Order: sequence, then C-alpha cells, then structure tokens
Amino acid sequence: MYKYIIRRILVFIPMLFALSVIVFALAKAAPGDPFTTMLDPNVDREVFEERKEALGLNDPVPVQYARWIGSAVQGDFGESIVYNGRPVMDLIQARFWNTIYLGLVALFFTIIVAIPIGIYSARNPYSMLDYAATGFGFIGLAIPNFFFGLLAIYFLSIKLGWFPPQGTVSGSEVSGFQEFVDRMHHMILPGITLGLASTATYMRYMRSEVLDVLGSDYIRTAKAKGMTDHNVLYKHTLRNALIPIITLMGFEFGVLVGGAVITERVFNYPGLGTLFLDAIINRDYPIVMALTLIFGVFILVGNLLADIFYSIVDPRIRYD
Amino acid sequence: MEIETLKTPNTNPEYSEQEGKSKSPYQLALRRFMKNKLAVIGVITMVIIIVMSFSAPLLTDHNPTQTNMLMIEQPPSSEHILGTDGSGRDNWARLLYGSRVSLVVGFSAMFFTLIIGVILGSLSGYYKGFVDSLIMRATDLVLALPFLVLALTVMSLVENITVTLFVTIIALVSWPTLTRIIRGSFLSLREQEFVLGAKAIGASDMRIVFRHMIPNAIGPIVVNATLMVAIMIIAEAGLSFIGMGIPQPQPTWGNMLNEALSVRILRHHWYTWIPPGVCILVTVLAINFIGDGLRDAFDPKSNQR
Repeated sequence: MYKYIIRRILVFIPMLFALSVIVFALAKAAPGDPFTTMLDPNVDREVFEERKEALGLNDPVPVQYARWIGSAVQGDFGESIVYNGRPVMDLIQARFWNTIYLGLVALFFTIIVAIPIGIYSARNPYSMLDYAATGFGFIGLAIPNFFFGLLAIYFLSIKLGWFPPQGTVSGSEVSGFQEFVDRMHHMILPGITLGLASTATYMRYMRSEVLDVLGSDYIRTAKAKGMTDHNVLYKHTLRNALIPIITLMGFEFGVLVGGAVITERVFNYPGLGTLFLDAIINRDYPIVMALTLIFGVFILVGNLLADIFYSIVDPRIRYD
Repeated sequence: MEIETLKTPNTNPEYSEQEGKSKSPYQLALRRFMKNKLAVIGVITMVIIIVMSFSAPLLTDHNPTQTNMLMIEQPPSSEHILGTDGSGRDNWARLLYGSRVSLVVGFSAMFFTLIIGVILGSLSGYYKGFVDSLIMRATDLVLALPFLVLALTVMSLVENITVTLFVTIIALVSWPTLTRIIRGSFLSLREQEFVLGAKAIGASDMRIVFRHMIPNAIGPIVVNATLMVAIMIIAEAGLSFIGMGIPQPQPTWGNMLNEALSVRILRHHWYTWIPPGVCILVTVLAINFIGDGLRDAFDPKSNQR
C-alpha cells in the first residue's frame, strides 16, 4: 500500500508539469499576442519592439515558459489585459471564496439529499419513494444545469419571490449574522443547480452499493447473530457502501468547476466561473492560463487524494 | 411396458420453440431490449424527434433565419405558434430547424469521438506496454481539466466557429472516457482463449482486433456511444447558451436558450426559452433510456440486483 501511495505521488509530479506545459502551449497558440491589443496603435514601431523585448516576448519559448511557471508557483500570474492591468492574482482572490462557498453549498445539498434517499431506496426497493427517487435521478441527469437554473429563477424567484434571482448579497446595510443569512439565501438556488447532477449520480451509486452490501454473506451472518437492523446498517453496511461515494468526491472538483462556469453565468454570481468566462470572451489569456492551471491542479490533487484514500480504507484492493 | 422417451424441455427462457434453435447474442439482446418499456419509449420519442426535425419545412412556413424588425418579440399567435424572438424570427421554426443542428452535432461528435476512442483504446488495450502508458497518460492529462474549461479554452483560439469546427473541438476534448472504456474491455478480452487461438493460427493483429475483439466488446461500445450522444447534445447546448457555441443566426436549442440570459425575456417571454429547454430535456432523457436499455440488453447481469 505504501509503495502504491509513493508511486502514485511520483506520477503526480510529471502530470503537474505536463499540465502546465499544456496550459502554456494553449495560450501560446492564441492568435496574435495579447500585448498588441493593449497598445495604442499610434505608438512607434520601434518603441513597440522595445517594449516587446523588455517584456521578454521575443525570447525563445522555453525561456518564456520557465519565466511564467517560475512566477506562477510564487502566486504571480502577471497582469490582466482587460481589467486595466490589475494583477491576475488579486482578481482571482476577490472571487475565489465565492466559488468555494458555492461548491460547499452544492456538496452539502448533494450529501444530505443523495445519501439518505439512496439508503432508503436500497432498503425499500420498488417502493413508491424508490420509484420517485429513480425518476428524479433520470431527470436530474438529463436536465442541462443552466435550464434547471433558469426554471428555478423563473418559478421560485420571479413567480413566487422566495429567493433572490442573482448576485451574492442584497445590499451593504446588513451585517453580522444577518449578512450570513442573506448570503446563504442567495446561494441556495445556485447551490442546488450546481449540485443537481451529482445528487442524481450519488443517489444511484448509494442505492446500488447498499443493495450490493446488504446482499453479501457477512450481512446475513450479522443478522443471523441477532444484530438489529439499525446496527447492521450503521456498523456494517454503510462502512463499506460509503467507500465508493467518498472516492467519487475526489473527482467532484472537476464536476463542480465545470458546472460553476455555467451556473455562475445563469445566476450572475461573481465567482471564478464568471471570471473565467469573461476572460475567454475577452481573450484575456493571463487570466485564462492562471485559472486553467489552478483548476487542473485542484483536480489532480483531488484525484490523488481519492486514490490514496481508496488504497487506505479498502484493503481488499491489491496493487501490483 | 413401454418407456416413453423423455423429452427434456429446454429450460433456457431464451430458447425459442418455433425455430428449435438458440438465437444469436444480437437477437437475444434485441429481445431483451424490446422488453424494456422505458427503452422502447425512448426509441419512439427519438424517432418522433428525428422525423420532426427532418420534416421541418412541412411543419412551418417560416424561415428560421429570416429577421423581421416589425415583428419583434411577438407573443404566440396563430401565425407564430411560439411567438417571435428579439430579431423577429419565428420561434417554432427555430425550434424545428434548431433540432437539426443539435442532433447533427450530437451524433457527429459522438461518431468522431468513437473513432478516436476505438483506435486509441484498441491500440492501448491490445499492445499494452509503452503505447498503453503513453495513451493513458494522455487521457489523464485531458481529464485533468474539466470538459467545459478545456473546450472553452480551445474554442477561444479560433476566430469563427462553424459546425464542423465545433464538432471537431468537442470530440478532441472528450475522447478519453471512451478510450478508457474500450481499453478496459480489450485488456480482459486479450487474455481469453479465442484471442489466443486466433494468434496461434497466425491471424494478423488487424484481423484479431476487428474480427474477434471489437465484436466482443460491442456491448460497452454501443452503450457508451449512445450515452455520449446525450452528453454531446448537452455540451452543445451549454456552450451555445453562454454564447461560445454555434453562432447566430443558425438556430440551435442552446442558442435559443441564450436569450433567457436577459431578465426581461426570462420574466415575460417564457415561450421563447422553455420549449427549447424542454426539447433538450426530452431528447437527452430518451437517449439515456435507450442507453440504459442497451446496457441491460447486452449485459443481463447488470439488471439482476
């Protein structure tokens, strides 16, 4: 097991390097150089070339890459082209936590809905609620999250007025606990929208995992010894049934980040998703590079943790 | 005393009395598929949607790209069943013609991905070793970025997005999943006796892969290819929705929904954005039903618990 973990970490390092090369190459492949668009067209050709030289845009590509990655690991991603040359890191920091909170709300919603319903469905298969949950699962996986978000805004915000349709706060006059409540109120709809597809997936997994474990021999043995259903569920079944779910969560980063791009646009939510989308539309490559690199690192770390976790909790898996 | 010859009844439920012989695996799969109600509903729905999209000119007289500045944002009427959009184009016509683009993108992107997936997956699973680890590390890398983020980044590199270019980009971004699935089934198939047998009689690698291994891996390939159409349709809709997909004036379900980003349209003109959304939902649902039905049909064990 330790051998596996060490080997897994050793694979992780070249992956990080390859990821950064790809991000850099994508930005290099962009038509024109970002610098040209920043410049006044009346500026002398010579001055332009001088500036270009000073910024290092004439250096060989590997040198440029080394410079970029060198400052990137220190948290310096250069300056944004569109936002008046503000440092990319400031822009990201201003929105980073909004997206993290949104992701947490989505994850919270996923867990409190998917796991109990999944367990119930598995213990009462073919009951009314099981059918309802299956139907919900089908729809949750088939509905595009932006359409669900639009429907939620239309019916729950506009028609019924239960939730604010967009943004993160209503105003600046609230503070303290009220501000927290207000923020949560704003995050419920985007959170549910972001978590919907995962909720449907986890529910299906949970149902089939619990059904699987409940049918195994050691559960029958436990029941034969006279263990109560409650204990069988909590002491034996869930321990094993939850393993794939927790592993799945390691891969949740990618789902959440991808979903956040569209969900945040629907709700006009100022997070990394909208920042990324605006940067793509404006071809603001310093921001695009920084965000793709950050997203990629998050996902790679998530996968790494999931694999390590899996190898620790499930000794049945053998690695050779 | 006469002893009646005991005729043992064939206990195999898939044994057919009339023909007196067992059916081929494909026939058995088809029979199991037809017994699955949801899957049959899915097929019927898809047939209706495809027929409607092909017969669009018969179902509407309006041109989906014809703007009319005098008829902007009209409510539904007998002339315009679903009203008109912000440029005076008929929504019903856009919905019908839009289905063509959405379906074409969905199916051709799947097909493109399938070709890449079959080639790389079989190379990887059949030869193992260096080729395998190279291809697998490449899938790891592509999977390290969320589909949407990678697709958007590549999309931003090109100036004018056409349908062909769009399909190419999303296929280039989504091949790893299918590649891994095909590799997985090839890894287990290559250890089986019939592959060994084929090798022993000197069959070429091409022949082993195409005549022996792919037909045996057809179940997972078909199931995942089917589900991939749904994923592609959602991807097209999502990208067009945020304005980075198929550009106007060509109608698609995704870019019809794009109008709902305006709060005014969202609030007052439900007939502009709810119908395309429902169309996407119904299509994807139908494809998922078919995919699940195919999975149960090819692999009866998956449904037994």
